[in-house]
Amino acid sequence: MAAPRPKVGLFVTCLVDLMRPAVGFAAVKLLEDAGCEVAVPAAQTCCGQPAYNSGDSGDAAEIARQVIDAFEDFDYVVVPSGSCAGTIKVHYPEMFAGDPEMLEPADRLAARTYELTTFLLEVLKGGNIRQQYLGVAAYHDSCSGLRELGIKTQPRALLSGITGLELREMRTTETCCGFGGLFCVKYPEISEKMVDAKASDIIATDVDTLLGGDLGCLLNIAGRLHRRDSKIKVRHVAEVLAGMTDEVPPIGEAE
Amino acid sequence: MESTARAFKANVHEAIADANLQAVMKRFSEGFSAKRLLAVERLPEFEALRDAARDIKNHVLENLDLYLEQFESKVVESGGQVHWCTDAEQARQTILGICRDAGARTVTKSKSMISEEIAINECLEKEGIRPVETDLGEYIIQLRHEPPSHIIAPAVHLSKHQVADAFREHHTGYPSTRVLDDPEVMLAEARAVLRSEFLAADVGITGANMLVAETGSIVLVTNEGNADLTQTLPRVQIVVASLEKVVPTLEDATTILRVLARSATGQEQAVYTTFTTGPKRSDDADGPEQFHLVLLDNGRTDMLGSEFREVLRCIRCGACVNHCPVYAAIGGHAYGWVYSGPIGAVLTPNLIGIEEAGHLPNASTLCGRCENVCPMRIPLPRMLRQLRERQYAQNQAPKAIRFGLSGWAFLARRPSLYRVATAIGVATLGMVGRRKGRLRRLPMAGGWTTARDLPAPQGRTFQHMWAARGGRRQ
Repeated sequence: MAAPRPKVGLFVTCLVDLMRPAVGFAAVKLLEDAGCEVAVPAAQTCCGQPAYNSGDSGDAAEIARQVIDAFEDFDYVVVPSGSCAGTIKVHYPEMFAGDPEMLEPADRLAARTYELTTFLLEVLKGGNIRQQYLGVAAYHDSCSGLRELGIKTQPRALLSGITGLELREMRTTETCCGFGGLFCVKYPEISEKMVDAKASDIIATDVDTLLGGDLGCLLNIAGRLHRRDSKIKVRHVAEVLAGMTDEVPPIGEAE
Repeated sequence: MESTARAFKANVHEAIADANLQAVMKRFSEGFSAKRLLAVERLPEFEALRDAARDIKNHVLENLDLYLEQFESKVVESGGQVHWCTDAEQARQTILGICRDAGARTVTKSKSMISEEIAINECLEKEGIRPVETDLGEYIIQLRHEPPSHIIAPAVHLSKHQVADAFREHHTGYPSTRVLDDPEVMLAEARAVLRSEFLAADVGITGANMLVAETGSIVLVTNEGNADLTQTLPRVQIVVASLEKVVPTLEDATTILRVLARSATGQEQAVYTTFTTGPKRSDDADGPEQFHLVLLDNGRTDMLGSEFREVLRCIRCGACVNHCPVYAAIGGHAYGWVYSGPIGAVLTPNLIGIEEAGHLPNASTLCGRCENVCPMRIPLPRMLRQLRERQYAQNQAPKAIRFGLSGWAFLARRPSLYRVATAIGVATLGMVGRRKGRLRRLPMAGGWTTARDLPAPQGRTFQHMWAARGGRRQ
């Protein structure tokens, strides 16, 4: 008798949903190939991070409630984003620290929630990935994923199994790219300086591809690289791991 | 110190356009953080020490009155005097009184951020008393009439040439045609000038890295030894320190010292670490006749009773400043007041008000590097968020942001409506951006598109595509 397939709820994230669904489909493929039963609850929109980080804790809590309800019945909740996963795992329990009725379901959701690469490596034991990607890539460590969830070695371990892919480390790989959600439009001058420094480092690392686990960072970095006429291809790590790079052009490039 | 924190955006604009500053900051961001990392890696018990240091300070904050009273009695026992001051004005008047009584004409100072808080230099100057900063960085910015731009390296924003210009302008005893290019030569010149000031001083004002309750001692940490000459040579020593600087025992002080220099500059110890207890005793070779400890509140007890209590653990090492990417982009003056970087973004609104310093907690991506390197494990990102919560609750967030957020939250809580609204937006943007895959310009998105292209969305939302292929929903 076969072991039951883990029931995974995909938390799409607002940026993946709106800007680049391909990342969501790559995540689904990776999870299904590894033997999971994947569902995408309809009643999800956003994790509430923009409201939470702006001090709008009321709206953040309302959105959190919605997420907690929508994902009640899954064994695991998987998120193709370190910052959204961090919001659910670390900040939802914080939000409801003074509300015992909500804290319990928030803690339960937090315990079942994983960022995608962490889930693939640690829970699915590598996820049975056998893909290839010909190129030299750097991996950008998004801040929330790195510092709230300890995401560092997991994507690199998975990428090391991709045939034809050479990984090179940026000198400032752990330095913030300047996206910061609303920060990039509230303080554009500072954000520009930060993303420009990041772009310079990527260019200096002599790669043809930039990968990462957070679409916000990737949109920001791609935007600056393109403005500097760089030909470096920017993709979410899920696209490479799922072998779907032929299906959608790199971020910010036309069909 | 007068604040320009309200003009943060203008300050930032100026800082980013300042080519000198940008060149200096580029070198800066690599230096300190690399040194700290080396020092930390060489000390296996560093993480345990961080925990111990945090616990010491937490214990102190829970028993602050006890330790301050013990400290006072020990200072008095050793022949010193303690002056409890509630606010900056009271501290200024107290210090002025001591200087007047001493007939002071020249006052040497070692680096003290709290003396910047209370703007003591200006106060002394108005009374015809000449304060001379003896920390080399502070000395240089005093010549240039500038505030410090970093907690431990106040002149870090300056290039060698700017320093040379300041020396040329103010060291009139030297030939104006001399070459001032070699840092060793410039250092020797500053040392010679400051030597005579040290010897001429009637009063020496120092801060204190720590106050030790067990013995009534102060701890002073410098790389230059200027605090030692400031406190030992004049007849009168004044120490200005805020309440939370106290630690219970000498042992506790050394625990904190083990993380202080490593976190600040990557040194295992600073060059000079001095424990001083009271004025000169009868069998001391030298030392001041009078020892005055000005113990200052200036908003600390308010913070003690607030959600920002943990920031009182700060030992002013500057590690957070050294690792902050925002600080690296804009330098310290942009923050507009005494404290810059992440610690400044939390302290300044707490000390001078959230209306005045409202931008500071918002000008952060919450990247978390500060908390990562803070030897006292202060949860700075959490506090920045808490300050934003206060602003939102008090209606101080910019209207456009509030409006946008309310709109977003309204939709986000109504998934069906959200899907309809976003599908339209995304399809439009996708269409407009289809040809190149990105947009160079977008109305109302100037913040993004000034320096970045905006990648076009794919054109259909994931939710719509998932529904279209009959994807599983539960």
